[in-house]
Amino acid sequence: MNQAARIPAVELSSRQLKANAHEALNDAQLRTNMRTAMDSLIAKRLAVMPEAEREPLRELGNHVRARALSKLPELLERLEARLTANGVQVHWAETVEEANAVVLDIARRRRARAVIKGKSMVSEEMEMNEALEAEGIESLESDMGEYIIQLDHEKPTHIIMPAIHKNARQVAKLFEQHLGEPYTEDVDELIQTGRRVLRKKFLDADIGVSGVNFAIAETGTLLLVENEGNGRMSTTVPPVHIAVTGIEKVVENLRDVVPLLSLLTRSALGQPITTYVNMISGPRKAEERDGPEEVHLVLLDNGRSQAFMDAELRQTLNCIRCGACMNHCPVYTRIGGRAYGTVYPGPIGAIISPHLVGLENAPDHPSASSLCGACGEVCPVKIPIPDILRRLREENVKPPAAASAHPLRGQGSKYSPGERSLWRMWVRLYTSPRLYRAFSFALTRLRRLTPARLGPWTLNHAPPRPASRSLHELAREHLDHDRRGADR
Amino acid sequence: MSEMFFDAAPNATRVAPARPLPRDYPATKPGDVYLFGTCVVDLFYPEAGLDAIRLLEREGVRVHFPDQQSCCGQPAYTSGYTDEARAVARAQLALFERDYPLVVPSGSCAGMFRHHYPALFADDPVLLARAQALAERTFELAEFLLEVCRVQWRDQGPPVAVALHTSCSARREMNTHLHVRALLDRLDNVERREHDHESECCGFGGTFCVRMPEISGAMVANKVESLERSGAARMVTADGGCLMNISGAMEKRAAGMPSEHLASFLWRRTNPAAVSQ
Ligand code: SF4
Repeated sequence: MNQAARIPAVELSSRQLKANAHEALNDAQLRTNMRTAMDSLIAKRLAVMPEAEREPLRELGNHVRARALSKLPELLERLEARLTANGVQVHWAETVEEANAVVLDIARRRRARAVIKGKSMVSEEMEMNEALEAEGIESLESDMGEYIIQLDHEKPTHIIMPAIHKNARQVAKLFEQHLGEPYTEDVDELIQTGRRVLRKKFLDADIGVSGVNFAIAETGTLLLVENEGNGRMSTTVPPVHIAVTGIEKVVENLRDVVPLLSLLTRSALGQPITTYVNMISGPRKAEERDGPEEVHLVLLDNGRSQAFMDAELRQTLNCIRCGACMNHCPVYTRIGGRAYGTVYPGPIGAIISPHLVGLENAPDHPSASSLCGACGEVCPVKIPIPDILRRLREENVKPPAAASAHPLRGQGSKYSPGERSLWRMWVRLYTSPRLYRAFSFALTRLRRLTPARLGPWTLNHAPPRPASRSLHELAREHLDHDRRGADR
Repeated sequence: MSEMFFDAAPNATRVAPARPLPRDYPATKPGDVYLFGTCVVDLFYPEAGLDAIRLLEREGVRVHFPDQQSCCGQPAYTSGYTDEARAVARAQLALFERDYPLVVPSGSCAGMFRHHYPALFADDPVLLARAQALAERTFELAEFLLEVCRVQWRDQGPPVAVALHTSCSARREMNTHLHVRALLDRLDNVERREHDHESECCGFGGTFCVRMPEISGAMVANKVESLERSGAARMVTADGGCLMNISGAMEKRAAGMPSEHLASFLWRRTNPAAVSQ
């Protein structure tokens, strides 16, 4: 299959981040919804993370994840062995096609007609709903946010709160339109409506699908956090449970989960702990009265191993998908999740998507950041997101054929000989004192000639006005000669 | 509690470096310092550079300004042109060889010296040692005045309400937003007005503001609105890039307030001759 055909529809707009952003920036409703929601999430996190506790805990989280990644292959094998011993069937998938094939195989064998899903970003990567529906199998989202956007044929715009871009009025309209419910903006009532519709679906479903927050190698346990109980229902009511997750989600032991769980729930929604913490360690046993007959785990790579190969980029895989980097990102807050056009938006999306879909399909993602560092500051597992963004920019402007130990898919997508030669001129200017002297002399003396329109700068700013004399000149006048030398 | 987690096999797996780096300040005030003017101050705010020199000299410090200095290399570095950044960085590295502290009137250029030079020269043991030594003795102007010079000032100016904008690198790489705040709070007649979303980026981001002008423009527009809402009469910032971005946007929108570099503001407030001008 050729590369282009493999790219899911949602990724296509990922090549037009700037155009998407233009649209989003002019959507006043979206801007207000996002700013309000992000402000509240920022405040919630802050309230439960006093600084004294936060920094040591982040440090610990970083070390736990680093240790897990340092023995990733070994831990995955241990996980598989343990899960298998517990009666869980483990499947490995290198690509989303392989992962969907596993799910479809199970569905066919079980003659499944309906699937109910808990929230799972990996299933979004797979576009599992579309894959199932193509086979005539109904696939219904049971997380309230996911349910809302599924009704509206949208994709999640946030990894924790998929419908965060919508306000209550928009949801009310949607429910009125699709479910024939009387119009109400009462959030509790809206949730009750959603629940009523979904309750029956849980009982009818042949398969329940879920994601995984931590896969614990030592015990063969799949840990899943959620607040609505739909995760518990999806993983216990239908006769088959399929969990899908990325290969990086494995941790060594239960003890490791303690700091990570605390970091996850507090960073995500400012909760000390979620309402539900599900620990799944196998199908129903002979003497048990409930639980699924079959439990499957699909372990998906989908480009993650490319990040794993590089010491700096590997840190991307520390991610525990809390969403805090998005909540604190001034760019994400303004353009929302859809503008990214990738399954994962925001800062984490910008650093993981190049591995999932290739730099050529997310060419502007590394540049859609002022490198302000807010993401790195809040990331509970201390991923140096700004450093990684910068590194991806470097990969992006390399010549596509430049030799590299582990070339990234889509390397050199922003390669521009023209821009490269501009930077070379910049180097000459800033490494030749004579040239720089002439340049600054000209710029300061001809300051009145600064054009009124100066590319993108004057879209937002008055034209820049150079000073009449440079600091070099002022210093020459002010300081005696022996304090201006190069000391060589 | 955490020792039990530290048995990680390192191989290719990194743990996060501390940022801002914890630092000890010299116990005594050095006799000599270097000033790195920065490329933006050099051509757009040279008076601020001169005011930084004056502030330091008044503390009895001899200021050295190597004439061959130009730019720290950051614009190329953050654009992904790492080799080009390294070439310019190497030229600067050669200019500050004596063990004088390097004082920089900009948090982001100070952050470049302190955090990114060692990364740039990681593959060259000789240059790396020099970059590390330089990183060690690089200070942002405000922290140097406060922590090393331990300035004792008397505010000479009339009452004024100011808003402070701190650059993201000053805040997150250098931790110097605290120093600037402390310096301003020592001026009796200056009321520092907080603004909403104070810790949010102004949208400059080096070449980001021209690569993504629409997103950057939305950010700076919000920043200007926040500053206006604060009711402050002036804005000060310790970074030339943010200053150019915010004041340029204010001018374009015919909104906002007079704004200036921290060094100029401090010099004017504490120097009787400048106040009466
Ligand atoms: S990168 Fe860090 S902050 Fe962002 S979602 Fe992942 S763990 Fe959370």
